[in-house]
Amino acid sequence: MKILVAVKRVIDYNVQIRVKEDGTGVHTDNVKMSTNPPDDNAVEEAVKLKESGKAKEVIAVTIGEEKAQETVRKALAVGVDRGIHVKTDSYVEPLGVAKILKKIVEKEKPDLVFMGKQAIDDDCNQTGQMLAALLGWSQGTFASKIQLKDKIVQVIREVDEGLETIEINLPAIVTCDLRLNEPRYASLPNIMKAKKKPIEQIFVKDLGVNVTNRIQQLKVEEPPKRKGGIKVKTVAELVSKLKNEAKVI
Amino acid sequence: MSILLIAEHDNSSLKVFTLNVIYAASKINADIHVLVAGNKSENVAKEVAAVPLVKKVLYSESPNYENYLAENITPLIVKLAEGYTHIIASANTFGKNFMPRVAALLDISQVSDIMTINSPDTFVRPIYAGNAFATVKSSDKKKCITIRPTSFDPAPTSGGSASIEKIDVVDIPNISKFIKREEAKSERPELGTARVVISGGRGMQSGDNFKLINAIADKLNAAIGASRAAVDAGYISNDHQVGQTGKVVVPDLYIAVGISGAIQHLAGMKESKIIVAINKDGEAPIFSIADYGLEADLFDALPQFLEELNKLNTIQK
Ligand SMILES: Cc1cc2nc3c(=O)[nH]c(=O)nc-3n(C[C@H](O)[C@H](O)[C@H](O)COP(=O)(O)OP(=O)(O)OC[C@H]3O[C@@H](n4cnc5c(N)ncnc54)[C@H](O)[C@@H]3O)c2cc1C
Ligand SMILES: Nc1ncnc2c1ncn2[C@@H]1O[C@H](COP(=O)(O)O)[C@@H](O)[C@H]1O
Repeated sequence: MKILVAVKRVIDYNVQIRVKEDGTGVHTDNVKMSTNPPDDNAVEEAVKLKESGKAKEVIAVTIGEEKAQETVRKALAVGVDRGIHVKTDSYVEPLGVAKILKKIVEKEKPDLVFMGKQAIDDDCNQTGQMLAALLGWSQGTFASKIQLKDKIVQVIREVDEGLETIEINLPAIVTCDLRLNEPRYASLPNIMKAKKKPIEQIFVKDLGVNVTNRIQQLKVEEPPKRKGGIKVKTVAELVSKLKNEAKVI
Repeated sequence: MSILLIAEHDNSSLKVFTLNVIYAASKINADIHVLVAGNKSENVAKEVAAVPLVKKVLYSESPNYENYLAENITPLIVKLAEGYTHIIASANTFGKNFMPRVAALLDISQVSDIMTINSPDTFVRPIYAGNAFATVKSSDKKKCITIRPTSFDPAPTSGGSASIEKIDVVDIPNISKFIKREEAKSERPELGTARVVISGGRGMQSGDNFKLINAIADKLNAAIGASRAAVDAGYISNDHQVGQTGKVVVPDLYIAVGISGAIQHLAGMKESKIIVAINKDGEAPIFSIADYGLEADLFDALPQFLEELNKLNTIQK
């Protein structure tokens, strides 16, 4: 079995982002970047399947500028076998990313594709489902537990009502929640070893897909700020304020 | 211009968020057709037909639609999509699961989780966990949109009499199977629509300690929420999680207990009308957005809170 994992480079989740004054986006210069958090879970799950002998090869793929390779390099350092970097200097929408990934899937023929459930920059939550649709594959979204059986994957999904269990036929797309596993840290020797693992670079224009964006970002602004509140000294004061001032209880 | 809106239901009744989505859709166009796909869901179709903002109900019945597997429902929606300018569902785990699948097959770039409708092609949506709002314009002829239900009022539910049209089922690919759903049944109001929400975080220290929160929730008729850390630690089940990767809530009153206020948590609750924070760390970021902050040990504060509530003659429910 072969597994493909899609990893995206995003502003680190600990960074308090700043909106640009001219409304064109958010500041990214000198801002710490990392792998999209649930994509680390996707990598971890694939590597675990390899360690347990269920998967033969794990490939990590990213789409983005030159530096996006860092995310692939990080995946290689925790046990992924090889990487693919699809280079583009402009932002590609989820639909475009899904079209690119479809080309990679057709070339590599994996049995499973692991992705994050949501990128924490655009918060779209689309790409995995779109890729599944374009390939005509099944999907297990928002996975917090998976179990590989013969030709099927059992997926426990986190849904609004609680937990849902489904069984999907291979080949399949699984989008991962943070609760799927505990991503490991790379050891120094493995980081060194990862430097020797191959990353193939592909240019979007060579893939023969049209990834022109359909959604134009007219303006990015700061959300309205909440006006600061007060501190109360006692529980009695709190309850009195809620009753008589805010009138919510 | 007509809108195809996908109803969320459990085959016996409509999920309330569909009403918020219907109301939002009415800001785009008045010609709203609602698809009820399900198994023995006539009652849901009738419920939707009574919503005055709905012009027509499309009802398709099959055991294959019972559990809303994305693989099964997508071919039906794609087939129906032809006559419509907008395909709309709610931006919860229901809509998020199948809408991108529909969009990709129609070669449409989906607009996710919109909070404001500026015009039929221009919307405002949160990015970076709600730390920025983006105004976006879709150039696709047809649009696939998911709507943040808590950003819109619910549509009125009675007085309408839309026609119900039977729709033929469409073949399914047979590549996925529903096994089971573990649903926590509760007498409490639903988290997404409750007027009062009280949430516990890692500071609660154990699932057992949530009984302190339960007692107050009973008193205030509140729903119970949690931070991701509390869910990860196993104190409470995942359906309670509020935040960027959980649920979005906009109650009149949100009480955060033992929650530090990470941006990912704030993403799910900072639009609440009144926010109360109870935390023993005076520097916790939650205080910067709280209308009323109480710096205290929750194990002292919660029992006192209950006591004070018991003293009140009346409590709004
Ligand atoms: C991609 C991503 C998505 C995420 N999505 C979400 C999400 O949807 N929702 C979410 O909540 N988080 C989310 N998180 C996690 C988030 O970053 C925080 O880790 C989490 O919200 C912290 O939860 P907490 O406030 O309960 O715990 P902590 O940050 O550990 O805070 C516990 C608080 O309890 C207080 N406390 C402790 N004991 C007491 C006491 N006896 N009395 C009073 N106060 C006490 C402490 O002072 C502290 O402030 C996400 C993270 C990532 C990376
Ligand atoms: N540029 C990209 N490169 C690689 N993977 C991506 C990219 N964009 C999105 N993905 C994958 O798709 C998931 C969901 O992203 P999104 O639909 O944007 O929320 C991410 O967690 C990644 O696994």
